[in-house]
Amino acid sequence: MIEDRKRPPLTDDGLDDSVLERHLSQTWSASPGFWGALATVDHKVIARRYIVTAFVFLILGGLLAVAMRIQLAWPEARFLDPDRYNQIFTTHGSTMMFLFAVPVMEAMAIYLVPLMVGTRNIAFPRLNAFSYWIILIGGLLLWISFALDAAPDVGWFAYVPLSGPEYGPGKRADIWAQMITFTELSALAVAVEIVVTVFKQRAPGMSLDRIPLLVWSMLVMAFIVIMAMPAIMFASSTLILDRLVETQFYNPAEGGDALLWQHVFWFFGHPEVYIIFLPAAGMVSTIVATFSRRPIFGYLPLVMAFIATGILAFGLWVHHMFVVGLPRLGESFFTASSMAIAVPAGIQIFCWLATLWLGRPVFTTPLLFVIGFIVTFVIGGLTGVMVASVPFDAQVHDTYFVVAHFHYVLVGGAVFPLLGAIYYWFPKMTGRMMSETLGRWAFGLIFLGFNLTFFPMHILGLQGMPRRVYTYQPELPWAGLNLFISLSALVLVSGFVIFFIDALRSWRSGKPAGPDPWSAGTLEWATASPPPAYNFRRIPVVEAREPLWSRSEGLAVTKGLQVDRRELIVSSVVEALPEARESSPRDSIWPFWAAIATSLMLIGSIFTPWAVVWGSIPIAVTLIGWFWPKGTVEDTS
Amino acid sequence: MMPGKVLRGGVAQPLAIALFSVALAGIATLVGLERQPRQYRIDPPVAAALDDLRLMPTGIGGAPPEVYFALDKPYETSAYDLSQGKRLYSWFGCANCHGDGRGGAGPSLLDGWWLYGPSTVAIAASIRNGRPHGMPAFRSKMTTDQIWQLAGYVRTMGAYSASLAAPSRNDDKHTRPAENRAPAAILFNEEPAPSPSERGPPS
Amino acid sequence: MKCNSILLLLAFLISGCSGAQSVLNANGHAAIALKELILAIVLVCSAVWFLVMIALVSALARRRIRESDAISERKATVVVSGAVGATVLVVSGLTIASFHTTRALSEAEDPELTIVVRAQQWWWQFTYVDPRSTETFVTANELHIPIGKDVRLRLESGDVIHSFWVPSLAGKQDLIPGRENILTLRAERPGVYRGQCAEFCGLQHSHMALFVIAEGVADYERWAEGQRRMSVDPSEAEAVAGKAVFMARQCAACHTIRGTGASGTTGPDLTHIGSRRTIAAGLLENTRGSLAAWIADPQKLKPGNNMPLVPLTSDELRQLAAYMEVLK
Repeated sequence: MIEDRKRPPLTDDGLDDSVLERHLSQTWSASPGFWGALATVDHKVIARRYIVTAFVFLILGGLLAVAMRIQLAWPEARFLDPDRYNQIFTTHGSTMMFLFAVPVMEAMAIYLVPLMVGTRNIAFPRLNAFSYWIILIGGLLLWISFALDAAPDVGWFAYVPLSGPEYGPGKRADIWAQMITFTELSALAVAVEIVVTVFKQRAPGMSLDRIPLLVWSMLVMAFIVIMAMPAIMFASSTLILDRLVETQFYNPAEGGDALLWQHVFWFFGHPEVYIIFLPAAGMVSTIVATFSRRPIFGYLPLVMAFIATGILAFGLWVHHMFVVGLPRLGESFFTASSMAIAVPAGIQIFCWLATLWLGRPVFTTPLLFVIGFIVTFVIGGLTGVMVASVPFDAQVHDTYFVVAHFHYVLVGGAVFPLLGAIYYWFPKMTGRMMSETLGRWAFGLIFLGFNLTFFPMHILGLQGMPRRVYTYQPELPWAGLNLFISLSALVLVSGFVIFFIDALRSWRSGKPAGPDPWSAGTLEWATASPPPAYNFRRIPVVEAREPLWSRSEGLAVTKGLQVDRRELIVSSVVEALPEARESSPRDSIWPFWAAIATSLMLIGSIFTPWAVVWGSIPIAVTLIGWFWPKGTVEDTS
Repeated sequence: MMPGKVLRGGVAQPLAIALFSVALAGIATLVGLERQPRQYRIDPPVAAALDDLRLMPTGIGGAPPEVYFALDKPYETSAYDLSQGKRLYSWFGCANCHGDGRGGAGPSLLDGWWLYGPSTVAIAASIRNGRPHGMPAFRSKMTTDQIWQLAGYVRTMGAYSASLAAPSRNDDKHTRPAENRAPAAILFNEEPAPSPSERGPPS
Repeated sequence: MKCNSILLLLAFLISGCSGAQSVLNANGHAAIALKELILAIVLVCSAVWFLVMIALVSALARRRIRESDAISERKATVVVSGAVGATVLVVSGLTIASFHTTRALSEAEDPELTIVVRAQQWWWQFTYVDPRSTETFVTANELHIPIGKDVRLRLESGDVIHSFWVPSLAGKQDLIPGRENILTLRAERPGVYRGQCAEFCGLQHSHMALFVIAEGVADYERWAEGQRRMSVDPSEAEAVAGKAVFMARQCAACHTIRGTGASGTTGPDLTHIGSRRTIAAGLLENTRGSLAAWIADPQKLKPGNNMPLVPLTSDELRQLAAYMEVLK
């Protein structure tokens, strides 16, 4: 160490490529072995874990959906008892929203944002490692409680008083509340990393108007997370306080209010939809541009639409509460604002259509998924306009119409683009191509199965079938459509099975991809597939919106970065002018221990408030280890 | 570059974590299958057997029937049964005499002093058969299952330490600490609250 | 995808006339207005969807002509701006239509009849409030209303949040503990309309139905007169024995039968249960057999509900069912 300090810093000036690669690899790679794997802070490794974990939760949540469809295929079926059914739909919703949709979108951001802005690691990489362990343990908490027949049974929005102390016996609702705390902690951590990475670590020359659209969408998503998550943090914490230490937040007799819960929950819950949708919109923008073989049409309107969506997202939570008996004038305001969000959504759709119209579309699997997205998401958006109307909603609220609506928005609007994105970036992440044949089959079956499964639910809702019923009586006219839906769900499942087979097979033995199989324009394709631990041999200099399309003879690069320690470029917010060389944290096992300590505290607090007191001691110890000063210079201008 | 090696590490790590997690959930499933689901009904023969309370000749304390142990004492440990007991407490008008648990015309249930002993079986017997000085018999008003649920709940009110399964506060006026906050430990009196017979009939 | 919309239209045509619990089988003042709005919005939105799909197909399939990029871009800019403008117009139009319907459905000033609806896990209690307190009566799970009159429902909850929804008559309204909501019903045509709790309320949310019977004023008055009366004293031997069982066993602790000693308030009022069409909140048709089956083991038919299994002999069951049946 002392020897190190005496030696003059080794920079990449004048090193030839192979020597440079050797040095960088030594500096940036994780140490081998089990502990090395736990300690790594490489954003790509962590993102890959995140993605695989999220897809495992997708499979688990999907299995629950199948169980529900079996139960609902016949009237008064006895496949599941009501208690189990309530646990299943709660776990299905919570898993899909909190353990699949949000984490997988953030995981894509963790993987792609640093590559697309041309830096070597995400900002706060140890926090990133911490966030992964937290969400993994949060997911395990929910699923182990499910396996123990003690899963939450109060629905994914857990309305009080049903989830409150009087009507929610046992620890089920507490488990739900703490699972939420885990996911919101992890989401907040990632959001902060994304904001800082995008604002301060962009490659020189990537001014605000040259940021790829996916990065813009992730940035807006991160801001929504930062502003929405505190609301749910308040909600879940006050719920558990009411249940455990008898505070009175939701007790009308002591000045609390049952409706307070709904306001706070939906103040988070509605932006949540855009947290999931905006990254998908970014993926669509990227895929559409690449496979139309031209830059996106309407870059500026699209960015503005993303930002407008992000702002409007906070002004329409009450449309989830149109039947609770609020004053008419207030409801009308929220009708207007909910309708208004159709405008930025429309701008996005029209810009993508214009790009396709102007370009020369190449019909690869990713583009097929995007086309499927446009077809289904427009339906979801239009039914969204329908439920934004107070009188319309008075009839369809809490029916299968709404179930159909939000599956069209979330599956059509987010899962289709996500699957397209997986086909699109799989070669970058693994270095291997996925199968085009299987991809087409997967798309066809998922698209068909999805529409056959969820479209009839609109009709069921209009026929009066409420959601969250574990069964229905034979004299009601719903049996035929329900059986049809349950059978169609099998088509949907088979499509996903093919997708997973394709992914696993291609990961092991797909066709090698090379750095840029799609001839795309953004920076992540400028490095090897999969990218080395240091991402880029030399940090590129960006001179256009699609740097790889504008220059045929290779990118200009920077020099002067130290290679014997982890170092990256900090640049200015607007123009991305280089400001400083900053050291990026090394691998550390402490985030892992900090996550374990935090989890012990959070899980303990389900049972006793004293866990917060005693549990904070190990957390403090691990944080001291995490932030122990190393005595090295942090940054140099 | 060693693509092979990078790749193997790439697949193995997340898959290992996923497999580990699924295995954990699998073990939990096996444990979960052993657990008893919530009981909404007990078979009439079991109910009849549960009705067979054996009390000491003094009427204080006693032994629960064999079947109580076979059922794994759900009425003291199951949060669902305890919360049902709490609803029965209000539905069957216990509060008319016992108030929020601190007593009124009837003795306090929170003070840690049990006139007939702190065992669930004694409490169940008090509810079922009634007791002198005004405690009515609920035999003809409640089923055996309900009597046990209520007895289990009443026991948590004045338990010497709070149980994890005990219910929490009500959505109602807050007049005393909730059952899961160990009220007895806070409210224990040096002496039992005077019983109604000693105070004379309520005026 | 096209067939989806055709399916939807077909569904409208089919379900418009069948199904007792359907938005499209509108027979109430509010529901008729809502149905008109719903059809209008669905039509507009379907048209929008078709237009977008036409744009999508033409974008993908159009023949690529050699044209300078600048000209194409300019064309596209005009078209996209136009489309955004059209979106704004459509959305504003729908908003105004929605406001219009909301205004048309504002609360009735002077209702003919006020009924307190109290929802509990998992059944409905209806109290017909009369200024003369002796004329006030209570029933459960079956609401009778006179047609053509505004009926004000005062919605209360006894435990968790429920939602009152009879789609053929009006939109839904939540019942929230600690609050009182108002819903006005006006049935335009006589009929039997099924409704159901629409807000998840626990184990038996699925089996929390109610029936609204809209009938002519004379029929309604006759029914109300019958409901105000004390219960029938049985004369048949089996029913007399059933009454004795009811009073001696746990039943009377939770149920009220006016005119007898039974005055429990935890369960539904049974004074005139024999006159109701269904039992157990719409779960079973009201027959002697289903009454006996229900009493024999309520937890088999509706697991988790709050009516306990009371062990009875088969004779007692038969007698009890016979007694319930005569309580017209």
